[in-house]
Amino acid sequence: MKAGHRKERIDRGIKVRADEIFAISSYREILYLMGPRLLAIMGLLLFPLFRDVTGAYWQTVGFIACIIALLALSWNFLFSVGLVSLGQAFFFGVGAYFTGYFNHFLGLGPLFSIPLATVCGAVLCTIVIFPVLRLRGIYFALITFALPLFLMRIIEATGYLGGTEGISGLQRLPGLTFSVYVSVVVVLAVTFIYLRFFDTDYGLVLRAIHDNDMSVLAGGLSVQWYKAQAVFIAALPATFAGALMTHHYRIVGMPAFAMEYSILPLTAAVVGGTGTFAGGVLGAFILVPFSEMLRAFGTLRIVMYSALLLLFVVGLPEGIYRFAQRKYFQFERIVPLEEEKQ
Amino acid sequence: MLLESMLVFGLVNSAILMLMSFGFSLTFGLSGVANFAHGGIYLLAGYLAFFLLRTLGLPYLLAVIITVIVTALLGAAIYRLVVIRVRGIALNEVIATFAIGISILELFRWLGFITYEFSLPCIVDGRLTLFQTTLDYQRILIIVVAFLMAVFLWALTHKTRIGLALLGMAQNEYTALSVGIDSDWAATYSFALGGAFAAIAALMILPLGIININIGYEVLLIALAVTVLGGLESTKGLILGCIILGYAQVITSTLIAPHWKEAVYLAAILIVLAVKPSGLLGKFKELEERV
Repeated sequence: MKAGHRKERIDRGIKVRADEIFAISSYREILYLMGPRLLAIMGLLLFPLFRDVTGAYWQTVGFIACIIALLALSWNFLFSVGLVSLGQAFFFGVGAYFTGYFNHFLGLGPLFSIPLATVCGAVLCTIVIFPVLRLRGIYFALITFALPLFLMRIIEATGYLGGTEGISGLQRLPGLTFSVYVSVVVVLAVTFIYLRFFDTDYGLVLRAIHDNDMSVLAGGLSVQWYKAQAVFIAALPATFAGALMTHHYRIVGMPAFAMEYSILPLTAAVVGGTGTFAGGVLGAFILVPFSEMLRAFGTLRIVMYSALLLLFVVGLPEGIYRFAQRKYFQFERIVPLEEEKQ
Repeated sequence: MLLESMLVFGLVNSAILMLMSFGFSLTFGLSGVANFAHGGIYLLAGYLAFFLLRTLGLPYLLAVIITVIVTALLGAAIYRLVVIRVRGIALNEVIATFAIGISILELFRWLGFITYEFSLPCIVDGRLTLFQTTLDYQRILIIVVAFLMAVFLWALTHKTRIGLALLGMAQNEYTALSVGIDSDWAATYSFALGGAFAAIAALMILPLGIININIGYEVLLIALAVTVLGGLESTKGLILGCIILGYAQVITSTLIAPHWKEAVYLAAILIVLAVKPSGLLGKFKELEERV
């Protein structure tokens, strides 16, 4: 930039009209607003139909991206209530083990075991986390970081639930295309529901806890109880992801609590933009294919995610989604600095 | 006999926990930043000492000094290069240090530091038999060093100018700023001290077994459990937390079964948080306001 000049950002007319006046004047403007969203939704819905083009391998990658997107959505929900989770693998693993238990020991089919595991898993997660909810900030992060590691150790040490070998031979799902479709539809549904949810009165309370929990307390509401409800709602997509993945691969074992399921959603959420639900999904769909391309590097991938995490936290804390949104709705120009008036 | 060995090994275990968590709680107490890279630094110190001693064949004392200095510099560098840019945003502090810690640990895993050849030598070999309990010198030394470090920490924060400045910063940042103590300088010091303490802990404890990547995660978990248990910013609380956890672990593994040892941390954290959320010796307000 030239000396004596600065960059100026100005909102496009469409943003001002759509945000504040609620007046849109033409189909072109409607398209400008709807275009990116429709493109993303159509892209996700049509993706499973092109199995012949992409091949089964990339369909599986799409499926895993959806799983990570669900975990990232759950992470973002917790973040919106002021809770930072470093252990999404906890929710994932609990959902996975519940499904394995229901299917293997109780003989329930996927149609029952997946929804049941989703709900039971979320309830269990909420109960375990409940005592910690009295505290703010990093204590929650510390506990969520510890939980999957502890559970992994306990299962390894005691040999319950299949021990180190896990539970295998679970009932299969109808097929890859089915799994991909289910996951895509759930990702879209959860994104939509979460977005709408935060506009309700109930959502406002949750948002207030993130902004200033003392004021919520002063309003006579129990912060801990609201947080517990938020953990339950946030756990649902994550336990569902675990349950679906378990039935897809027909095995559940200790890797369900692996570090990868904690750090990938976290990186996806930070890369996409913390607190934006669509951003987390976007982050997952960027990261997972990227990580598949790096498969040759083995465990070095976790180092790469961490480096990426660090890069984004320090370099672009707003995330890709907000960055892109700004570029889309604003234009920038270089203007000369005005003379300072005394 | 059983009671006697439980008493002795409980003390050893408490000292080990104390050494492991000193660095973490020091940095946390002084700068308010939870250094999630603590486990990574701890393990790095172990491998660095191994490299200096076994590969380069340096004398023990020199290797120790180099290791401590390098980790102290690493701690300072983590603050100066990364944390300083996200200071004050608790979430980003946590994510940034977490990312650093994981990259160190997983980098070692990828480099193949997972075989059984990695172990550090004991400072003095041999063992001592008191009544019916046999204890090796390394474990006795651990108790001595843990005690010395507690004394050192107390003397540092009460008797030296640097320590008093750091203490002032921890007690009230704005007042400390107003009398001319630089916040970033204090935080850099606290990170460097945390790194050096992690290295000392690694040099003392790692000779008891084989250096293993998962130890890095475990150290962080222990530091967390002890900090939560004892209450924040309270050195007495830290020591009390270590003693309770140390004995609880030894009792559980002797009376019930060794693998339930791992569950003790979690149970302790959850019970303490449910009953007295500020930790055993902490003040509620302090704990809640520390982000």
